[in-house]
Amino acid sequence: MNKKQKTLLIRIIVALAIFVVAEVLSQTGVLASAFGEPGELYAEFAIFFIAFLVAGYDIVAGAFRNLAHGHALDEDFLMTIATFGAFALVLFPDSDPHMAEGAAVMIFFQVGELFQSYAVDKSRKSIADMMDISPEFANIMREGQLEQVDPFELVPDDEFVVLPGERIPLDGEIVDGESQIDTAALTGESVPRMGRPGDEVISGCVNLTGRLVVRATKPFEDSTVSRILELVENASEKKARTENFITRFARIYTPVVVGLAAALAILPPLLFGQSWSDWILRGLTFLVVSCPCALVISVPLSFFGGIGGASRQGILVKGSNYLEALGDATTVVFDKTGTLTDGTFSVTEVFPAEGVDRGQLLATAALAESFSTHPIAQSVKAACESTLDASVVTDVEEISGKGVKAQIAGEEVLVGNGKLMTAFSVPFEERSAAGTVLYVAKGGRFIGAIIIADSLKPQAKQAIADLHAAGVHRTVMLTGDRASVANAVAADLGIDEVHAELLPQNKVEELEAILQQTHAQTNGKGKVAFVGDGINDAPVLTRADIGIAMGAMGSDAAIEAADIVLMKDNPDSIATAKHIAKRTMSIVWQNIVFALGVKFAVLILAAFGIANMWMAVFADVGVAVIAILNAMRAMKAPK
Amino acid sequence: MRKSFKLENLDCANCAANMEHDISELPGVNKATISFMTSKLMIDTDADMDEVLDAAQKICTSYEKDCRILR
Repeated sequence: MNKKQKTLLIRIIVALAIFVVAEVLSQTGVLASAFGEPGELYAEFAIFFIAFLVAGYDIVAGAFRNLAHGHALDEDFLMTIATFGAFALVLFPDSDPHMAEGAAVMIFFQVGELFQSYAVDKSRKSIADMMDISPEFANIMREGQLEQVDPFELVPDDEFVVLPGERIPLDGEIVDGESQIDTAALTGESVPRMGRPGDEVISGCVNLTGRLVVRATKPFEDSTVSRILELVENASEKKARTENFITRFARIYTPVVVGLAAALAILPPLLFGQSWSDWILRGLTFLVVSCPCALVISVPLSFFGGIGGASRQGILVKGSNYLEALGDATTVVFDKTGTLTDGTFSVTEVFPAEGVDRGQLLATAALAESFSTHPIAQSVKAACESTLDASVVTDVEEISGKGVKAQIAGEEVLVGNGKLMTAFSVPFEERSAAGTVLYVAKGGRFIGAIIIADSLKPQAKQAIADLHAAGVHRTVMLTGDRASVANAVAADLGIDEVHAELLPQNKVEELEAILQQTHAQTNGKGKVAFVGDGINDAPVLTRADIGIAMGAMGSDAAIEAADIVLMKDNPDSIATAKHIAKRTMSIVWQNIVFALGVKFAVLILAAFGIANMWMAVFADVGVAVIAILNAMRAMKAPK
Repeated sequence: MRKSFKLENLDCANCAANMEHDISELPGVNKATISFMTSKLMIDTDADMDEVLDAAQKICTSYEKDCRILR
């Protein structure tokens, strides 16, 4: 609690104490016996008014100051009118005194203000802490001594030292040393990564175990940590539709309620000869609920919390509007490579011919490919569990467009596609599968087939299922792959729709079509998210309602083009982001409906003279407190 | 020119919304946004930034007397 808040708290406590004393004295009749018939009323008035001033003198002062500036519908002014009015009702001979209400309304109004300011500070601070990934210094070697310098001073190619426990100040490449690196602050990933010489390191990560010497690849202002901080800081400029709607609504709500309050106080007594004091009281009760503060504060607070909670999970959202749009996303379009698949090849299936051992088949193929650096050859070698003795391999010959021929321990081995088998007239069993099929023959006899495919990310299937459960009813995969391969992948993952054999430039057209369909079907309410790996798909990212770049740690183009950046290279994050967005939106709407519902209820009851000022002040402050507490939930990450 | 400024002592969300509205209507200002949660004011203007800021500061003070634009 800061000094201002502490002072306010003390004032509230003192005012409450005076208030209680006043109540006790008047209820027990002490005042009556001490001051007599009219004197009692004056004394009571004085004590309540002191309580009122202790709690709200600054509000009253603010009201006059704002009035001087022409802001008559300011909350300070409205509260001042409402409370002064309550005190003034004592002047009406036909009315009960309402001094207690006057003082109480001011005291509780201040309780609300204090709570609000405390809650806002707290959430501002917790987001600031969360974003406390900025490194304060870099160690450089100068004359054999480590010296701490400002990371701003370093330029690319400078070498710096990161000691265990320190934050990596700039993006760079490890030159010397090995260490575990904790990326949790950036990606939310709790398992540390191993960093070795030649590996890239990202600023903002924490070096855990060993001393590292790193060569800077980017200046500080372009390093990942600076870019992320800038992005999160600027996120608040892009406001959500709901947020703008509420501020616009607030501009209308207050004048309308104040107008109604005035009408209520004046018209019935004037036109129908009703009691002035009764209707003025109703008007004053209106004024107490005329402040839209709970609403105006809870909406940005919820979005802020949602964006903050998301960034803790390695999901960077560039504005409330994108979080809102993601909540409304009904269609998610994936660029296959790099999002659903790793973009690396691996052996997915092995079909040995009759009488051939699986390991034998893989070993034979791996040996034949042992001198090749082609990704397919690499993946066969990676899949082979036994250690290979390449010295038995001779006469390796690459047959362009078909495969490879080699002599292994004196026997001719062929590894390649169907054309290779046909060319050497080896009878083989043809297979169709999602991926590349390698046929293997040894000594003129077919010994089996190996299927190699771009491997699916292990979480991809679950992520698609989670998205469907979270209200996405159309998932689409865009890919340059052959249709047969693409369909098999989609069927495996549970993706609804595939657009295969696309050239990169076709992807924008396909997305345009999907955007049009989705918007037409949902009257513009349903949004389309596009998920890409940020490489080569910047135009598509920009065109989608929500462009999501995945695994973008360190990729400038992706961070630039995307609306939401997933630091973790894991499709789970998409579902998590969707959940956070939906949750935030539901908190926002709960607050709007709840706050307006209670206010309208109190307004109606007050108009009929059922709700008194006590109820009104509880409606105002209570609603604000509950809405703020609810908004702060948005910060808590879903499990 | 488009620039962001930190606001000090911004305590009231509704005031922030009102300030944003009034600053947006200053002559020469294309867009102004105030983020209550991050206490930041962004101004996009073709006019002289210093003059706009002076006017903006007056608006801020008129809603919240302690509110300062840090430039």
